[in-house]
Amino acid sequence: MAARTGAVDTAAIVRQSIEGRRFSPGGAAFEAGLLLMLLVSLGVLVTLLADVITGALPVFRDRGIDFVTSGISLDSSTAGVWTGLLGSVGISVIVAIVAFPLGLGAAVYLEEYAPDTSVTRFIQTNIRNLAGVPSIVYGLLGLAVFVRLVDLIGLGGSDSVGGRNLVAAGITLAVLVLPIVIITASEALRAVPDTIREAGLGVGATRWEVVRHHVLPSAAPGVLTGTVLALARAFGETAPLLVIGVATGFFSAGSAGVFERLTGSYTALPVVVLSWSRQADPVFKENLAPAAILVLLVVLFAANTAAVILRNKYDRKW
Amino acid sequence: MSSPVRSIDLRGEPARLRRELRMKRLFLAAAVVSIAISIAIVASLAGNALRFFTDVDKASLLDVGWFPRRSRFDLLTPIAGTLVMAAIAMLVATPLGLGAAIYLSEYARPRVRRLLKPVIEILAGIPSVVVGFFALLWIGPNIVVELLNSPKPATILTASIGVGILVTPLVASVSEDALRAVPQSLREASYGLGAKKSTTVRTVVVPAAVSGIMASLILGLSRAIGETMVTFMAAGAVGGALRTWNPLDSGTTLTAAIASVATGSDQVAGEALAFDGVFALGITLFFITLVLNWVSDRFVRRVREKY
Repeated sequence: MAARTGAVDTAAIVRQSIEGRRFSPGGAAFEAGLLLMLLVSLGVLVTLLADVITGALPVFRDRGIDFVTSGISLDSSTAGVWTGLLGSVGISVIVAIVAFPLGLGAAVYLEEYAPDTSVTRFIQTNIRNLAGVPSIVYGLLGLAVFVRLVDLIGLGGSDSVGGRNLVAAGITLAVLVLPIVIITASEALRAVPDTIREAGLGVGATRWEVVRHHVLPSAAPGVLTGTVLALARAFGETAPLLVIGVATGFFSAGSAGVFERLTGSYTALPVVVLSWSRQADPVFKENLAPAAILVLLVVLFAANTAAVILRNKYDRKW
Repeated sequence: MSSPVRSIDLRGEPARLRRELRMKRLFLAAAVVSIAISIAIVASLAGNALRFFTDVDKASLLDVGWFPRRSRFDLLTPIAGTLVMAAIAMLVATPLGLGAAIYLSEYARPRVRRLLKPVIEILAGIPSVVVGFFALLWIGPNIVVELLNSPKPATILTASIGVGILVTPLVASVSEDALRAVPQSLREASYGLGAKKSTTVRTVVVPAAVSGIMASLILGLSRAIGETMVTFMAAGAVGGALRTWNPLDSGTTLTAAIASVATGSDQVAGEALAFDGVFALGITLFFITLVLNWVSDRFVRRVREKY
């Protein structure tokens, strides 16, 4: 063996590996490279937050809570996020009302009732595909269908609004997050062990009674967590709203009642961020937009934290 | 003495059975809604797109650029912009996302991993309008102008870097899951043969997780192509763009072109052909992402079957 030139000296390599030279420069460089990638990714997050906070700080220092409670305005010294915040909360409420029962119902059917047929599998594949459709396509769907539908059933508001209102926005975003609600609710239902169902069915309960009294209470934390995350997604969504005619400029909301607010012109917090970032006035661009982003991030962070706490507190391991 | 139980006695009260059937139908109806949504999407996109292609002057489909309000509908302009943007975004997101995923899964101590995984997920939850703002007002002036000497901050490159940042956490999160799904026994077998850690990671763990990693990249690509706000805000196109393959030009993508028609000074509904045109862009976008998601789904299934 030793006579063959270039042959591997196995014994020497094994001895060396056992005795020492643990440090390998190539391995260390590889690890350092990976760590660098991780640090750059996190560095971007830090830079983004630092940029937003330094821009927003003067606004909150000078105006405090007044910035949150002031409405839309063309004057940079009085403009606030209240109109946008109200719009976003209104949209989220409609999203919850529409998407939660539909999503949970579909998940219950798919997990508890549906036979394992090609039709069921088709529905499941279809839901996964819907979850991957770009959000702006949902905006086009909203423009072609929901805006007209809302106008048709008499919720369209005045002629100039013509259905481009909070109701249409809520329905469009509800459809957008529906696949997420179905998928997370399905996962929560699947996590409930079959022994629970069999015990219920075994003592003579019907399928619905088992679902109502045993499966749903056990799956509730997971279902609610998924719904909260879906609402957070809807809260930060901008693109579909642009397509279905959210107000990107100034409009007068006045002291309208709830119905007028639902059917009239509206704006949403992320849309406020967009329109302020595109203003020529540097105060809007460099201070007010970051301040609005900060409000948006605080709301989303609170929602995510609530979801995590909900899951950790009530989720049980079987 | 009780009479023998007949099977009819075990069927339960009729009222209970009726309610059972009613609930089942209600749930079925909810599940069918998702099919209805898909049909509505395809129908509304295809209907308006078809009208666009019949009404439009065919010569304007290969005009110098995409200016829907001046009746120039060069579909290649937004498609080229989308391709350039997605390619650069993936050049940013692939090393960052995969590097972070491999480090977290293979090198980071458990405590560090438990701390950083949620941070990556926070980054994934940042709304795209925030990243758009960051691209427009920070990446543009500080990276594109200062570092790359571009004359203007709002370019396709600016938006691409922003989109890359946006999809990095998605790539990191999905591929980290794939790496952690690789059984420990594979790593131990490699160490047992005397392989170094870095050799094990490169030649055993990553190849074993390759279908999950591919899925994360395709998912990231699909997300990048479907992303609207970053390109709409930071790519520099106002109302339209000339066809270009140069990332340092301002340009538009399929998604940003839809958004800018929609937010033009006159509402979309005002101009019939421009209105239908956005649906032509929409259906192109829809099918591209559909194919990508389908491919990604296949890869995910392969990784599931394996171990």
